Amino acid sequence: MLDVKAKAKEAKDKKAKFGIDIDLNEFSSETESKEYLEDLNAMPQDDKERIIMAGVDISEKDRAGTFIQEDTDVVHIGLKQEGLELISIKDALDRYDWLQDYYWKMVAPDIDKYTAEVATNLHNGYLIRALPGKKVLFPVQSCLYIKKDRMNQNVHNIVIAEEDSEIHIITGCATSSHVTTGLHIGVTEFYVKKNAKLSYTMIHLWGKDVMVRTRSAGTVDKGGLFLNNYICLSPVKSVQAYPTTYLKGKGATARYYTILAGSPGGEMDIGGRVVLQETDTHAEIISRTITNGGNIAARGDLIGEVPGVKAHLECSGLILNGGTMHAVPELTGKTEGVEMSHEASVGKIAQDEILYLMSRGLSEDEAVSAIVRGFLNVDIPDLPAELKAEIDHAIELSKNGL
Amino acid sequence: MLQIEDLQVKLGEKEVLRHINLEIKTGETHVLFGPNGSGKTSLLMTIMGYPQYKVTKGRIYFNGQDITELPISERAKIGIGMSYQRPPTIKGIKTAHMVEMCAKKECDIKAMAEKLNFTDFLDRDINDGFSGGEIKRSELLQLMAQDPQLLLFDEPESGVDMENMSLVGNTIAKMLEHDLDTSNGRTLKEKKASRRKMGLIITHTGFILDYITADKGLVLYEGELACSTNAIEIFKCINKVGYKECVRCSM
Repeated sequence: MLDVKAKAKEAKDKKAKFGIDIDLNEFSSETESKEYLEDLNAMPQDDKERIIMAGVDISEKDRAGTFIQEDTDVVHIGLKQEGLELISIKDALDRYDWLQDYYWKMVAPDIDKYTAEVATNLHNGYLIRALPGKKVLFPVQSCLYIKKDRMNQNVHNIVIAEEDSEIHIITGCATSSHVTTGLHIGVTEFYVKKNAKLSYTMIHLWGKDVMVRTRSAGTVDKGGLFLNNYICLSPVKSVQAYPTTYLKGKGATARYYTILAGSPGGEMDIGGRVVLQETDTHAEIISRTITNGGNIAARGDLIGEVPGVKAHLECSGLILNGGTMHAVPELTGKTEGVEMSHEASVGKIAQDEILYLMSRGLSEDEAVSAIVRGFLNVDIPDLPAELKAEIDHAIELSKNGL
Repeated sequence: MLQIEDLQVKLGEKEVLRHINLEIKTGETHVLFGPNGSGKTSLLMTIMGYPQYKVTKGRIYFNGQDITELPISERAKIGIGMSYQRPPTIKGIKTAHMVEMCAKKECDIKAMAEKLNFTDFLDRDINDGFSGGEIKRSELLQLMAQDPQLLLFDEPESGVDMENMSLVGNTIAKMLEHDLDTSNGRTLKEKKASRRKMGLIITHTGFILDYITADKGLVLYEGELACSTNAIEIFKCINKVGYKECVRCSM
């Protein structure tokens, strides 16, 4: 622990490699403490609407567990399924010595000033763990909510899918409609053990002047599957992330799907890196992005370290209503016998597609909107229907802005 | 009724159609022949309203309304529809959703797809990886949902396998009210008299003539309508002496 904080302190002014530099002094961690809610329906209507839009099912029906954090405090934890552990990270650190083997082990505290901030000034976060052999079939939902204006929310999450387990998590991050600006820093560490399956779907619904820095990394053991989905279709000032996954065991698979829509004056810089360290590992990174007046960088990096690995990277971007699109696909093969490929495209909506739909009776606007929704509507295998429905819902909500 | 008067059309810098005069009366179906590059598809695209086909002279009327300047979606709304030879693929739009968007009113998409032996494709992205014949059946399905009064078919038989040929032919006949189904109690004569659908069909093989009685055959040659007479007669003539010789009789 001391070591973590000492390292972090040294990095407290270290700028990040990507994204605009944020002055942490512009934000404050001071906020009034929040009351714990037994029933999410007791939430103020305005907050309730925002977290529903971010994918939270208030009724908690068809959800294995629920975790809600407002600003710095955990306000609700609901647990409905045995075999699932869901507690705040602070309680988990108090309760479990073994957690030190996971805490700051995938993400270093001194990567940059953002990890340093979380390491030295942790607000809270969660530990979600599927116990060995347990299949948690209903999704676990969590929401990290910023309620107070000019707040910085520092979160650390750890997700562990123990051997032969299966778990699906949906994390909706949102801000209250009163928040003009804020900063969310989230560190998440993923551990997918032997033959386990983890899907992690993040739907972000920030305010238009909110800044977001997430730092996440994970490891997948033999035969494991990690599915990492990131959806951000509403305006945000600046979001930058570059999650990394290490495929350590034979037959391990990682797949990333990113769906982004920019907004005027906004910056999104989203990458994804998978390091294939064992034979017969597979990786796929797919991103679909629409500038919609904003500036977007879609980065992807696949690193094949041993023979017999297979990986593919696809960044498709549409420049729509202005903005810029920067696609940066990278492949590194460190040995013979790797099979890696990428496709990247930056373009506009094809005129012949618009006219084809118009000849079926759609107006030009209807045709464009149908094509855009189709473009964003990427098929994600292995994702439960409830979560697919949440992604469709997010795309549906965003259509007015596109 | 579709009326075309002295139509002249440019695609880019190239003049693709000249002096086109054509009249398809309500209930009539015409078959359009012509060698590759003669302007057949250009004529259909111009009637549909594709903006890259610039009308430099002449007018197009549909049911009395001058549609020469009408945008493509408006033409679709007043009852003009087209089955394409090579439509674009649109990723992320499922065929079922596409058919739904075509339909002006509620319709049973699954039942329609079953008739076309096409239910397996409803969950696939529209035209994505479809073979030539599958594209044609997908086009027919969309057009069936759209239910236009004037149906433009661009080589509906190309790429269709023998097994599906009669399915495609019979479907087109039914869509154009040319089928011989009298199950609703009307005689064929009554049926023909009340026919409202109009068709313009591009064909190279003449296959469609086995399924419908075309009211007229047309030959388009180097951008001009060179011949207009009985469709079967034209087809036989082209088969025997080729397009070049065939159009000589009208020159």
